Amino acid sequence: MYRYDEFDDTLVRERAKQFRGQVERRLKGELKEEHFKPLRLQNGVYLQLHAYMLRVAIPYGQLSAKKMRQLALIADKFDKGYAHFTTRQNVQYNWIRLADMPDVLDVLADVEMHAIQTSGNCIRNVTSDHLAGANLDEIEDPRPWCEIIRQWSTFHPEFSSLPRKFKIAVTAGETDRAAVRVHDIGLHMKKNAEGRIGFEFIVGGGLGRTPFVGPTVREWVAKEDLLSYLEANMRIYNRHGRRDNKYKARIKILVSELGLEEYRRQVEEEFAAQNTWEKVVLPQDEVDRITAYFAAPKFAALPAISAAFDAFKAGSREYARWAKNNLRPHRTPGYVSVHVALKQQGEAPGDASSDQMRALADIGETYALDDIRVAHEQDIVYPHVKLDDVPAVYAALKAAGLHASNAGLASDIIACPGLDYCNLSNARSISVANEIQAVFADPEFEDDVGTLHVNVSGCINACGHHHVGHIGILGVDKKGEEFYQVLFGGRADEKATIATIQGPGLRHEEVAPAIRRVIDQYLTLRRDKSEKFIDTLSRVGQAPFKDALYAAA
Amino acid sequence: MPLLKNGRIAEDGWALVEDGQDVPAAGPVAVSLARLKADHAVLLAGNRPVGVKLANADDPADLLPWLERLSLVVLDFPKYTDGRALSQSQLLRQRHGFKGEIRATGQVLRDQLRLMIRCGFDAMVIDEADAEGVYDYSAHEFSEFYQSATDTSDTIFVKRQRAREAKASQ
Repeated sequence: MYRYDEFDDTLVRERAKQFRGQVERRLKGELKEEHFKPLRLQNGVYLQLHAYMLRVAIPYGQLSAKKMRQLALIADKFDKGYAHFTTRQNVQYNWIRLADMPDVLDVLADVEMHAIQTSGNCIRNVTSDHLAGANLDEIEDPRPWCEIIRQWSTFHPEFSSLPRKFKIAVTAGETDRAAVRVHDIGLHMKKNAEGRIGFEFIVGGGLGRTPFVGPTVREWVAKEDLLSYLEANMRIYNRHGRRDNKYKARIKILVSELGLEEYRRQVEEEFAAQNTWEKVVLPQDEVDRITAYFAAPKFAALPAISAAFDAFKAGSREYARWAKNNLRPHRTPGYVSVHVALKQQGEAPGDASSDQMRALADIGETYALDDIRVAHEQDIVYPHVKLDDVPAVYAALKAAGLHASNAGLASDIIACPGLDYCNLSNARSISVANEIQAVFADPEFEDDVGTLHVNVSGCINACGHHHVGHIGILGVDKKGEEFYQVLFGGRADEKATIATIQGPGLRHEEVAPAIRRVIDQYLTLRRDKSEKFIDTLSRVGQAPFKDALYAAA
Repeated sequence: MPLLKNGRIAEDGWALVEDGQDVPAAGPVAVSLARLKADHAVLLAGNRPVGVKLANADDPADLLPWLERLSLVVLDFPKYTDGRALSQSQLLRQRHGFKGEIRATGQVLRDQLRLMIRCGFDAMVIDEADAEGVYDYSAHEFSEFYQSATDTSDTIFVKRQRAREAKASQ
């Protein structure tokens, strides 16, 4: 994991001090809310329905035990004893007093953390593959490049008042676990014809009101050109992105209105015009310094098979199910990645109590090489665990109530906080998610249904990523009543697709039964058990599923 | 409102002339890009200081035919959240080598000063009673920067490299 040096530390401390001054001016009335708003937003402070919310950056989703414990401490000392892990691999607190925010930033700075640019119209926290450094298919670890982008984008003077927020994601696997095609800029590490590794630039994807799968602006950009090419894109966007309408201000609208060819022409022209002194090129020594922090840990030489693990799996159906659903293959023999679904029935997706966070920290320290990741599915992942230790990890997770065995399945739902917390929302998300989870309460049934991504958003802003769920649910307000539109066929992976709205919205209580009918239709239509919901849908078309959805009417 | 030049309150000798208004006979005068394009022969004939006020949508490259002869470029912040002038300033300084005054007008708030300075603004009109005090504080709130910008501060990356080289030569 990257460690701050004196410079990184100074910057984060100075930021905390600056924000303390801004909060003091606000509390004294010297700063109007109108002028304070963009300042607090650039520090992750939102004014929600009931209280201020603080979003803390977890760069590319990576935590240590020490950091996780500090997050738990903040939850206890300044919030109501819990926190929410987000789809952008961050963590947020819902009940922190404005007057306490500066103290929280100091506490974060003590463990090399901050809330810089976690909201506002600037370059946000960079996200990545939660299995980086462990998965089977990546060509290089993307995290050093994420860290380089984090540093380059932190307080970038020119790109601090963009038309709208700006999200960058980096992935390096064949399988895209970072949803790079639905980001403002998605970077996919690839080899060019000569075998050199660089970045495919995907620009103008996104969800929200106007979802787009981002097009490729350049197939391959050399590593040494990464930051300069980013700057060229950012400058075109800063100068020409729409500022007349916040709903048309994301870069996806600029790319779409200009057309890909013209957008590309402008970026290439800007890139070509950069003087040598305008280029942002890090010395190779600096790239090496940052990369060294992400070197593979010293894995033990282990056989690929573990007797302890095999005995565990054979021990009970509960163990076997969890092992089947929540473990991911690791590139090193004798190791595995463990997916902790923060999706216990009846809980808000992504929430964890401070006790659970401390348990997650302890497990990470004891069994997982002190490497803890936040996954965009609002889950926690240990990328490096010995197969031999899996039984102990499971026992510890179970003791903390973190043993949901539904990773990647129907009840591993992504949901935004919805009307329970959010002042943008039109409808509740958490309760709908919980009712859908209840449809899959029988583990045998859920396993039979298999891979299924259900994403729930409480409004058109799409924080619950409903556009890229195999089944998406969108809450809408109709004359003061909550209704839910259902979408089919979205996906966030390397085959990114925007889901299709099926028709009129359903009432809250109609949603779960309707999903059940859709699933029964899938079970009838699928070729065999190996054909996933999303694949049956694409083979037979959406019509029979739509029929099932509205069959009760 | 006070005008700050390099952080100190300065007399504003410039006449900012709107399109359609008459240009005074003498003295420093700043006009729009359209006016400059139309009247540059007359405006630039003598040796009076001439400046231009760019709209946010204007391309600084359009000033190139006359840039060396210009003493002032005024860039506007119609809202403090509109960062287009930051790109315009960076382009003027870094791409086109403009050495004259770049002045911020409009909604100039203290919390934006550091960013403006880093992007090459050396003057701003700011609605603050203690403008110099506010400038001195805001300009020095941060001692480290990752990005190279128009100001001369060494970036963190440069400092790290220097430290490595010092260590290597020991």
